Amino acid sequence: MDATVTTGTEGSVWGGGNRPLGASYGKLMMWFFIVSDALTFSGFLVSYGFSRFKFIETWPIADEVFTHVPFFHGNYPMYYVAFMTFILIMSSVTMVLAVDAGHRMMQKKVILYMFLTIIGGAIFVGSQAWEWATFIKGDYGALETKGGRILQFVNAETGERAALADFAKTLPEARVKHEKNQGIWYQEEGYKTSFSLNEVVAGFKATPNILVRTETINEEGEKTVLNRQESLSRIAQATQVVEGANLIHNEYGSRLFADFFFFITGFHGFHVFSGVVINIIIFFNIILGTYERRGHYEMVEKVGLYWHFVDLVWVFVFTFFYLV
Amino acid sequence: MAHEHKLEIFRGLLKFKSNTQKIWGVLIFLSIVTAVEVALGITKPEFLTANYLVGMKLLNWIFIVLTLVKAYYIAWDFMHLRDEKSALRRAIVWTPIFLVCYLIFILLFEADYIYNVFKEGYLAWNF
Repeated sequence: MDATVTTGTEGSVWGGGNRPLGASYGKLMMWFFIVSDALTFSGFLVSYGFSRFKFIETWPIADEVFTHVPFFHGNYPMYYVAFMTFILIMSSVTMVLAVDAGHRMMQKKVILYMFLTIIGGAIFVGSQAWEWATFIKGDYGALETKGGRILQFVNAETGERAALADFAKTLPEARVKHEKNQGIWYQEEGYKTSFSLNEVVAGFKATPNILVRTETINEEGEKTVLNRQESLSRIAQATQVVEGANLIHNEYGSRLFADFFFFITGFHGFHVFSGVVINIIIFFNIILGTYERRGHYEMVEKVGLYWHFVDLVWVFVFTFFYLV
Repeated sequence: MAHEHKLEIFRGLLKFKSNTQKIWGVLIFLSIVTAVEVALGITKPEFLTANYLVGMKLLNWIFIVLTLVKAYYIAWDFMHLRDEKSALRRAIVWTPIFLVCYLIFILLFEADYIYNVFKEGYLAWNF
């Protein structure tokens, strides 16, 4: 836009008068950032693909992991993520409308559309927080074997997943959570599971219609369910109870799945969050009339680019984490 | 900075009267694509999951292609790359595409190799 130094040669070729790309400095720098950030996200998503191809036969099935919708009970795979995708695309639309109104210098309209964009972003970040909380809390609970594999449980009659609470026995044993003031080197347990390993194993032996489901995916694309005999021998290898997911243990299957989930959606969520913050700053600038005085709304266009980029990344995260 | 907007999508098949109208048109298109993806993801039609193309289920190919379609319209219409000069557009688009294709190629081949080592080598990990 404006040259910082005036030498009298601005208009000529050697004075920097050529604008081969026809875009301002600020917009070009935003595109620089977006391209490099796109490469960062590609790195994450491709390394997710790397881990998945490495363990292609045992990778968790996303449909079975993300099955909850707030305020509703039951099994609704993907609906909530689809809703989140729609919210983000919608807030992208209000953002373009804000940019468009900015081009036509309509301050009131820009204010309204920026406001709607911020609301959309906030709903998205909130939804993502809810997804995290549900994922961390867990669903049915599982056992982890010595080799770090996950054993889940299925009701043999209905074929549906069985929660630990459905069959675990309550044994008269006192199990206290190990806290760091009692341990050497301040070691502590992260959380105490609702049942001990002994209780789950005893309950499993006493309930003949419960079977073990392993991580291995069979030819029909479903997880393998063992018969009662195999289940009993498999459960002898279990070393601990797992409820929910964190960076070290994951009741849904491969722990790498949880690690990548936290890392990729977390990094994306942080982008959305910082996008909302930047949008709020621009929003107040619009209200104060900064851009009206400046004579153009290019700043809205620049944050707009960032905001659409966040939407663009989500489209890919949605596909590779939830669909494929 | 008065911009000229190109108001047609689908290679001129659909022309809009104003930029605002085009934005809503693109939103409708993107929503339809997302709805199709979700519907396919929930129903998982038999003939799409049973058939493979270059080692991947047909269904997954459809998801990836639809994702790229969505990415195209977000970049072209929301990030108004359609209205930028072609030099800028090509610099922005082809640089990451080249690097990402390269990265996908090396990492996925390497992963497949490790998968085979785990499967056929004398290494116990699934116990």
